[in-house]
Amino acid sequence: MCGIAGIIYRDGVTHPIGEEMTRMLQSMKHRGPDSTGYALYREAPNGGLVMRYKLADANTSRDFEFEDRLRRHRWEVESRLAALGATIHQVEEETPYAFRVTFDFDGELKLLADLVEDIPEAEVLSLGKSLEIVKDIGDAESVHDVYGLSRFQGTHAIGHVRMATESEVDIAGAHPYWAYPYSDVAVVHNGQLTNYFYWKRRLERAGRRFMSECDSEIIAVYLAEEMSKGATLEEAMHKSLDELDGVFTYIAVTKDELGVAKDELAAKPLVLYESDELVALASEEIAIRQLLDHEIETYDPYEREVLVWKR
Amino acid sequence: MEALGQLAGERRITYDARGLAEPDAEAPRIAEIDGDKARFDARELTTRTINLELRRLLYEEGIGEVEIDNPMSRHSLGVGILRRCKITFNGSLGYFGCGIIDGPEVHIRGRVGWSACENMMSGVVIVDSNAGSLTGAAMRGGDLVVKGRVGARTGIDQKGGTIIVLGDAGSMTGFMMQRGRMIICGDVGAGLGDSMYDGTIYVAGKVKSLGIDCVPGAWTDADTELIERKFRVYGLGTPPEFQKFVCGKVLYNYDSLEPAEKKLVI
Repeated sequence: MCGIAGIIYRDGVTHPIGEEMTRMLQSMKHRGPDSTGYALYREAPNGGLVMRYKLADANTSRDFEFEDRLRRHRWEVESRLAALGATIHQVEEETPYAFRVTFDFDGELKLLADLVEDIPEAEVLSLGKSLEIVKDIGDAESVHDVYGLSRFQGTHAIGHVRMATESEVDIAGAHPYWAYPYSDVAVVHNGQLTNYFYWKRRLERAGRRFMSECDSEIIAVYLAEEMSKGATLEEAMHKSLDELDGVFTYIAVTKDELGVAKDELAAKPLVLYESDELVALASEEIAIRQLLDHEIETYDPYEREVLVWKR
Repeated sequence: MEALGQLAGERRITYDARGLAEPDAEAPRIAEIDGDKARFDARELTTRTINLELRRLLYEEGIGEVEIDNPMSRHSLGVGILRRCKITFNGSLGYFGCGIIDGPEVHIRGRVGWSACENMMSGVVIVDSNAGSLTGAAMRGGDLVVKGRVGARTGIDQKGGTIIVLGDAGSMTGFMMQRGRMIICGDVGAGLGDSMYDGTIYVAGKVKSLGIDCVPGAWTDADTELIERKFRVYGLGTPPEFQKFVCGKVLYNYDSLEPAEKKLVI
């Protein structure tokens, strides 16, 4: 089933979006208890880059060499960043297997991501100037507590609770998906893409990598590809309605925008609330009500609707 | 049994919007009762305890009119009420609100999510704002009035009763409709009345496209009488001009062939 949510503030200041998105996602835990993920946006300090990556999963079997391997692989990541000319400012160990690195780097992000992911079991979860993707197994409150999301102040966010149907219950199968190798683009999706393998082969031939067997990963890369050719987020999302096949409602987000698209059958739910201060949307209104304690006016967008808001 | 009790005691029960995580919940008994009327605040209650309190008032206390404040868009509220009574929700409901009801008059002062009034048998439900998709799915009787807009597949598999929508309706409205009436005052999306078997759909606004086997129908005095009566009963003002749509009855399921003969034809 899965549940998706998004929130974007229009008042130009930061808000506790880590805390708020947690409340939204936890209220939809019944839509997907397997894993929870966030794409959170805030300006990286000093205009630098921020990368979140993982070297294992919470449920990776712990053999005798597990901790030693993690240490070696972490050292290898930092060495490779330094060898590429990146200036590392800070490395935070969020969990024993998930890390957050802030650094300065002027080179090609694809090369950097490829070099990191060349290390066994390493996966770059997000890379950009403002995007940070946090995802792990468990419900929203568990992930929130482990990753200290109560401290996260930002401008906009999307989130996902997953009921796994087509791929493994692990971090690679959890949403949101970063649009490798484009910075600051992420997607959460509720539904199924039926021409997934077609698009996966096509994008792989164009040099894109996919870290999961999850159909949703396609959407993020597809949109970023279109945007790299000059399309706006809204234009790319409109095009996706004709080129992606299946039932879907997805939320896409960039450093300045948040958009939602529904397929031509409107088969997957989405409730939308819009005010001068913020736009909040979720698979169920009960999630939006976690932010707004009073009665609100909401509606379901119709089939083939694409809506985009700027922060 | 003791071991089972210990197991139950060790369960980690957390809030669940569906109410399934509270198998042992009891009615909170917080309603203020005044003669035949009762009212309670649902803000701090869970889905299950709201429904337990509502059922206690209706079935144990014999109350005829219940008002519920702050339903907070919770799912599955007011489901399975099978008696004549009045229920008012002062706020919005989530999914599956007022499903499988038989008799009550319900007023929702807010919005409802997907699948409101699914399998409704009789009674009246008035929604002051918008409704999600699958509104009135498989509805069998009674009147459902939505004063805002509705999502996709409104009245899917409708088997009776009347659905009135003052705003727009989404795609596949009246999909596989079998009986009953639908009155849409706004525009409707693609595939209106797709694969309908019977029943009547009235549309005042634009129709994006008709579904398979849905065709314009001939207007009669009975149509005028029905619409004027419904608008008068619910105080909806002067009805606009409507187009009427019915089933063309040309699909394979209306032919006269026996199953064995169909095989030969196919």
